[in-house]
Amino acid sequence: MLRTIISATANFGPCFRPNIWDLAVLPLILAILWLFAFGGSQMTAPYNIGDSLPISLDPDVLPYYLLRSFLRMIVGLFISLLFTMIYATLAAKNRYAEKIMIPILDVLQSIPILGFLSITVTGFIALFPGNLIGVECASIFSIFTSQAWNMTFSFYALLRTVPYDLQEVATMFNLSTWQRFWRLDLPFATPGLIWNMMMSVSGGWFFVVASEAITVNSQIITLPGIGSYIALAIAQQNLVAIGYAIFTMFIGIIVYDLLFFRPLIAWTDKFKFESILDKEIPTSQLLNILQRTRFLRIFNAMFVLIWEWSLPIFRKRTDNIGKSKENRIFWFDRLWILFLLMISIFSIYHVCEYIQDKVGFDEILHVFMLGLITAIRVVVLIVIAAMIWVPIGVWIGFRLRLSQTVRPIVQFMAAFPANLMFPVVVILILRFDANVEIWISPLMILGTQWYILFNIISGAILIPNDLRAVADNLGLKGWLRWKRLILPGIFPSFVTGAITASGGSWNASIVSEMVSWGNTTLMATGIGSYIADNTRNGDFPRIALGVAVMCCYVMLFNRQIWRRMYRLSEERLRIN
Amino acid sequence: MTDFNELLINLEGVRKLFSAPDRSNHVVLENVNFRLRKGEIVSLLGKSGSGKSTLLRIIAGLIDATDGTVLYCGKRINGPVSDIAMVFQSFALFPWLTVQQNVGLGLEAQAIPVREREIRTLEAIDVISLGGFESAYPRELSGGMRQRVGLARALVMRPDVLLMDEPFSALDVLTAETLRADLLELWAKRKIPTRGILFVSHNIEEAVAMSDRVLIFSSDPGRIKEEVLVPLSHPRDKESSAFKAIVDQVYSIMTQRPLRSAGVDVSSLGYRLPSATPHKIEGMIETLIEPQFNGKADLPALADELQLPDNSLFQLLEAGSLLGFIRIDEGDAILLPLGKIFAKSEMTVRKSLFAEQLMKHIFLANHIHRVLDERRDHRAPEGRFIHELEDFLSETEAERVLEQVISWGRYAEIFDYDYTSGVLSLPKEDSDQSKENIIIE
Repeated sequence: MLRTIISATANFGPCFRPNIWDLAVLPLILAILWLFAFGGSQMTAPYNIGDSLPISLDPDVLPYYLLRSFLRMIVGLFISLLFTMIYATLAAKNRYAEKIMIPILDVLQSIPILGFLSITVTGFIALFPGNLIGVECASIFSIFTSQAWNMTFSFYALLRTVPYDLQEVATMFNLSTWQRFWRLDLPFATPGLIWNMMMSVSGGWFFVVASEAITVNSQIITLPGIGSYIALAIAQQNLVAIGYAIFTMFIGIIVYDLLFFRPLIAWTDKFKFESILDKEIPTSQLLNILQRTRFLRIFNAMFVLIWEWSLPIFRKRTDNIGKSKENRIFWFDRLWILFLLMISIFSIYHVCEYIQDKVGFDEILHVFMLGLITAIRVVVLIVIAAMIWVPIGVWIGFRLRLSQTVRPIVQFMAAFPANLMFPVVVILILRFDANVEIWISPLMILGTQWYILFNIISGAILIPNDLRAVADNLGLKGWLRWKRLILPGIFPSFVTGAITASGGSWNASIVSEMVSWGNTTLMATGIGSYIADNTRNGDFPRIALGVAVMCCYVMLFNRQIWRRMYRLSEERLRIN
Repeated sequence: MTDFNELLINLEGVRKLFSAPDRSNHVVLENVNFRLRKGEIVSLLGKSGSGKSTLLRIIAGLIDATDGTVLYCGKRINGPVSDIAMVFQSFALFPWLTVQQNVGLGLEAQAIPVREREIRTLEAIDVISLGGFESAYPRELSGGMRQRVGLARALVMRPDVLLMDEPFSALDVLTAETLRADLLELWAKRKIPTRGILFVSHNIEEAVAMSDRVLIFSSDPGRIKEEVLVPLSHPRDKESSAFKAIVDQVYSIMTQRPLRSAGVDVSSLGYRLPSATPHKIEGMIETLIEPQFNGKADLPALADELQLPDNSLFQLLEAGSLLGFIRIDEGDAILLPLGKIFAKSEMTVRKSLFAEQLMKHIFLANHIHRVLDERRDHRAPEGRFIHELEDFLSETEAERVLEQVISWGRYAEIFDYDYTSGVLSLPKEDSDQSKENIIIE
């Protein structure tokens, strides 16, 4: 067996000698590997709680800090990807697992990400006593939570939409689960998953910054990274340092995009079904060069080798002939649901009892009121953002050349961690002595408004040219043109963007309803500031209560508003 | 007498129920008995929704029969069997795999070593004349070439039985013709080890041209209605009188009035109304009165003139005869006196004629109109009727039938429908007057 594989690949022998493209790419790859190794060794330095981790505001250290933040991002992304594949596949393939895994995911998705951080950090530190890796893990975990749920849901949804005829082919040829995953499920879901991953990473930068300065038992641990740098700059009221940090992040995100996502997106184009027609095919210079290297062929051949090895191991051996059929047990379904119901009732009862015991019923009511205030903020902000960005987005989207330039910029804006900009807003509020309750609110949507703009531009591009021509031909102008052509045309895209923006805003409320500059702390009434404040004080039951209540609101929003609007747009307004 | 050693596939008393989400079961296949013998090509014809594809999938082991036995060479089929391969209407190629990888997919599943796999896939690619395209991706290929890949993917498994689900219907006429000829040549010259072919077709001429036996399905529930033998040798001349006679025979069997005993009564609520827009019905009647036909047309000629695939034509003919405009007799469509009046009338008269026939002959239309009339506000949600229909039909079929009757009702202006709210109503203006028009004593 092995010999045949080797002889099959040996035919390509001469192809494996390095060529000119390898000379260009190999140093790059080696440099990246070295950086990884170096950063990784720094992550596992000895550390005990109480030790101080000195952070310097010297701009020379910023590249190093960027590297550390980068590494957390990459590790977080990798774990998210692994989690996504295992969790979503299990949920999509096993109907018993599905009944419990999907509701859990739904809840997890609604839990504010920074809430995870406050709750899990002590556990991680206890897991690795005397080493920095525990704190690193907590930070990475919060990055993971900002990406994993979203990615898992999208992967699960994609797995459920694998075209039926392809599934039939896989069944007909008796593909094993292993082969089916790599040959059918994963390739089919790849373009959607990568796209979603890119969007999730955009959100992830925000949490990289927010999770590096962690409060544990009223003591702040600052992991070396851009986020800690910013936190120190805020504490020292150093505007110049903030400027440096913003610039470094700017460079960092561009590098990440060029080295990682652009090649990846260009590569996934081959997995797309033809029915998904893009007006432009994504390209990447780096990918083109990579694909000319011999190095990549060796890399490929390695995968082929592993694949061929795996085939006989995971082979499905039955030929489905002559045996009698096994009967499915129908009552087991019901028993399973009953079992799950009992467990959830039991746990809800205990959580209620715990909170009632520690904080009392009045406080629960109070927190729900705070949640309502934050909810009003979210709704008002999305409406305002829509009123601003819809006309601008449509104006841009109707100009193809312009939109090609603007879209990457908007995408970059979405990725740029908005919390880097918070100090600027705080200074303005202090300077003009503005109302904190009102003027602190825009911070929530500072980073997430770009999703709305981005999607509106895409929606406007999707409106068929002939519909626009008809509207021009009939002389549709002004409001009538908006009502009959533009608004229905962009609605589905708008809903997609607004869903992301709304979810992001809820999450951002924890850092944006309570912001500080030096010794001054500005606090707006809301559930976000409630969680943030109690995190600072290390009041665990109140953090849990705040997180649980916010979770309820987010789920209510998702179910009652967004899912309905999404269905409406799918059924009535989708342009085929 | 049957020699059981000669049987590749043997189906006895096969029955298939699909259960709808709400308690009700829908019978797709009822008491199907079928045998595929060695050296035979058999085709299945029938209305869409008559369960032909379901039967194919049961033999392929993709779905289970509810009742009855399904045997391959005397042994039970409990799932996909490696000796039985299938070709799909949509080609069902994996867009991210090259032609060679697509063809090798089934061999990969059997963990055939790389070397042998390569030899066999290249051989299959050559046999099906795709040499040179091994490294191409499906998106680079035309429809005809894609279906060649689909065929090669099935043939590389050296299948004993080849199943094909409308394999040529997504291709243009010329491409389909070439591919059919190529497949027949492989079969006749024994270049493939396959001993039996069973395929679903929607094209009568294709079925007669390729197969030794044509099985005609009836629907509700699906069962084999009749079998037509084609005792002609290959290659067959489509212009020969013997060939034409068989095509005519199949046409006339397929357009026979559905038997009352064999399913749901025409005058019942659950009757599957054919899919045919009012404007197509108009067009057919106008064609029939043209001098070349003069009120009577041979069905193959009519299909040619209207440029419709057989399946659409049958739906159209059924609609026309249900409404009493035409009559089908021995493979001919004959325009009835009412149809002649219709053809010569102007729009408003046509509409009132149509409305009159609709109220008289289509029970569902009459029923809806009566319900709307009895209600004080003359309005009713569509869900009400879909619910009633679901007692007889599957969910999607109930929706299709209602959609169909709505399109007729709108044309006849006997009721109105609002898509956004899903509400049926009597036409707003002069709803009393229109009632007078319709009910002519």
